[in-house]
Amino acid sequence: MIDVHNDEKLLKVLLKDDPDITIEDALDNEMVINMGPQHPATHGVLRLVLRLDGETVVNTVPELGYLHRGYEKMAEAMSFNEFIPHTDRLDYTSTMSNNVAYALAVEKLLGIEAPKRAQYIRMIIAEISRIMGHLVAIGTFAMDVGAVTMVLWTFREREKIQNIYDRVAGARFTTSYTRIGGVASDFDDVAVKMTKEFLDEFDHTMDDFEKLLNTNKIFIGRLEGIGVLTKEDAIAFGVTGPNLRASGVQYDIRRANPYLYYSDMDFNVPVFTEGDCLARYFVRVDEVRESIKILRQLLDKIPQGEIIANLPKKVLPHKAEIYSRMEKLIHDFMIVNFGVNPPVGDTYFSVENPKGELGFYFVSNGSGHPWKLKIRSPSFCNLQALPKMCNGQMISDVIAIIGSIDPVMGEADK
Amino acid sequence: MEYKELLLNKLNEFKEGVVLEFTDFRDDASITLAPENLIPVCTFLKNDPDLEFLICKDVTAIDWAARKNRFTAVYHIYSFKLSSFLRIKVNLSGNDPSVDSVTSVWKGADWYERETYDMYGIIFKGHPDLRRMYMPEAFEYYPLRKEFPVMGIPGSIPLPSKD
Amino acid sequence: MGLEAKLQTDGFLTTTIDALVGWARKNSVWPMPMGISCCAIEMMSAVDPKYDMSRFGSEVFRFTPRQCDLMIVAGTVTYKMSHVVRKIYDQMPDPKWVIAMGACTSSGGMYRSYSVVQGIDQFLPVDVYTAGCPPRPENLLNALIQIQDKIGKSKARDYQNLDRRNLVLSNN
Repeated sequence: MIDVHNDEKLLKVLLKDDPDITIEDALDNEMVINMGPQHPATHGVLRLVLRLDGETVVNTVPELGYLHRGYEKMAEAMSFNEFIPHTDRLDYTSTMSNNVAYALAVEKLLGIEAPKRAQYIRMIIAEISRIMGHLVAIGTFAMDVGAVTMVLWTFREREKIQNIYDRVAGARFTTSYTRIGGVASDFDDVAVKMTKEFLDEFDHTMDDFEKLLNTNKIFIGRLEGIGVLTKEDAIAFGVTGPNLRASGVQYDIRRANPYLYYSDMDFNVPVFTEGDCLARYFVRVDEVRESIKILRQLLDKIPQGEIIANLPKKVLPHKAEIYSRMEKLIHDFMIVNFGVNPPVGDTYFSVENPKGELGFYFVSNGSGHPWKLKIRSPSFCNLQALPKMCNGQMISDVIAIIGSIDPVMGEADK
Repeated sequence: MEYKELLLNKLNEFKEGVVLEFTDFRDDASITLAPENLIPVCTFLKNDPDLEFLICKDVTAIDWAARKNRFTAVYHIYSFKLSSFLRIKVNLSGNDPSVDSVTSVWKGADWYERETYDMYGIIFKGHPDLRRMYMPEAFEYYPLRKEFPVMGIPGSIPLPSKD
Repeated sequence: MGLEAKLQTDGFLTTTIDALVGWARKNSVWPMPMGISCCAIEMMSAVDPKYDMSRFGSEVFRFTPRQCDLMIVAGTVTYKMSHVVRKIYDQMPDPKWVIAMGACTSSGGMYRSYSVVQGIDQFLPVDVYTAGCPPRPENLLNALIQIQDKIGKSKARDYQNLDRRNLVLSNN
């Protein structure tokens, strides 16, 4: 049996800047502290081993893998449609946006496109999920820094959005709403009305949130100048999403490589240059406002039409037709049991998730199961920059920095 | 000039015949290189003022299971200037697969290479800190290789006792 | 529990004290949230203003195991994480109860893979299993009410030997 608690190599990395000392010498003047996987403020199961000189952090080594569920191995054993519920659990604070990303990636591999109404519905749910994800981020970040009221307010707003999810998809949290070729059920008029009412109230609620935090002396004093990530470091580490935009790089996949119909929408991409925790918070608040703007445009422009493509060999047919038409029954049987058969080759496709860039790399050998699936998750890459941001700061700032990066361990560990 | 032509011209100027294979499936530019050319080409791609592939988005590997060159290391890099991706593939043999680490070119490839080592067992020469990423350090197998079963090998990681 | 140590038989006084102590204990269960993945977000939703958990007396989510009596394991437990969960469970003082929230903790859920423990009852004694992926907050509140019923019916002599097997089986 192996020894699960063996930390030798990790401790060697922790001492790497002083090759002459051993771990016992370090303990004379410095402390090695384990901020373990179970911690109120690590946003999931992230383990940090810190080396402290008094209260200043000298070196940090994060350790992941406590939530490694084996997604990539399981994907090789299941068909493309079967994997959709698993994508929900990747970034579990904004669940529907992962479904959209996966469906688009598979459609790129197959070379098909969903009808226009389905694409608009996907944009609507992607933007609603962006609001949900940022609400959790802002709420838990403020709670970590001390403003506990925020988490209760933001979760109250999330409940209203989850009513919309419930109406549209039938489930309030992990929905598996998209399908290859479209979406599972229609975004009907009642849902449109619910969303419009929610957006009208939400504008004023965001004003309340900002009034509570934006000019709060303690909040600003705790976060300004903490955990600075320069532009060159952010690009070198592969950081994407709001963390990259808070360091001064204007990169948003919705603008750079547009997908769905984002090139027809009118929105700004907020960019700040300071690169500290406060800038990352402001980027998220501004992105929520931009999402509200995009949603209003989408709800006005949404066209009528089909919600799932009519391609018999690749897209699951309607349930009602399966029970009445013979060839639809056969197609359904073939697709469910043998999978949609894509051409041989490999593709990579990525979208702008609330946390960063979520990408799927498929290698297909012509059969119904992917030969390989790689999930490029934003939180994994954002956490790479954590040691750089924490070294030299105080230990109480480590919490604020982790909160501002906003990692989700479900996707960092896959 | 169109992106793919620009890329191929620049690479041929850099070194004649360095691109072993170029594919364009579903509009994704992808080149195959020999292992010894990997670092020079990557440094060139990063530093050239017209291309500027500054960010390494992903490093992974494919296990073909039945070919002579069993593994392929895959790198995805992106250029802000051209708003385009490039995929670089390097074929590796099945016995003791190893390739040079690109951490000297892109710092961010650090954790991706550790993950690829953890899952496939590919050694990255020159990596500053090659440890396992997800599985416990003493784990003896490489999970994403094709011979490893999905349900795992019973007893490979111990559980705490019930009492 | 000094008083209880002396009261071993079922007399009028003991049953009244049992009822009183049971009532006090069950209405102030302090949960220890072992929030690991997606179920943790639904657990946080169970505390938000819509599905208020504090009306059941469980508002105080202490993250230190030494002050809690109920561990809600919310999220997929992998082999690497199982040692941590067991360590925290061992640090909780008796009497303690465990809710296995969601499909992943009850039986491995949708993850039949090499690194997920197929049910936490392989290394922890579980009192209530909750179905769902993730379970709705009302489902979690239902589990909490069932634990409260169990605590309310437990007698003082059940806590004497503090042997887990006795505590789990006695559900008069």
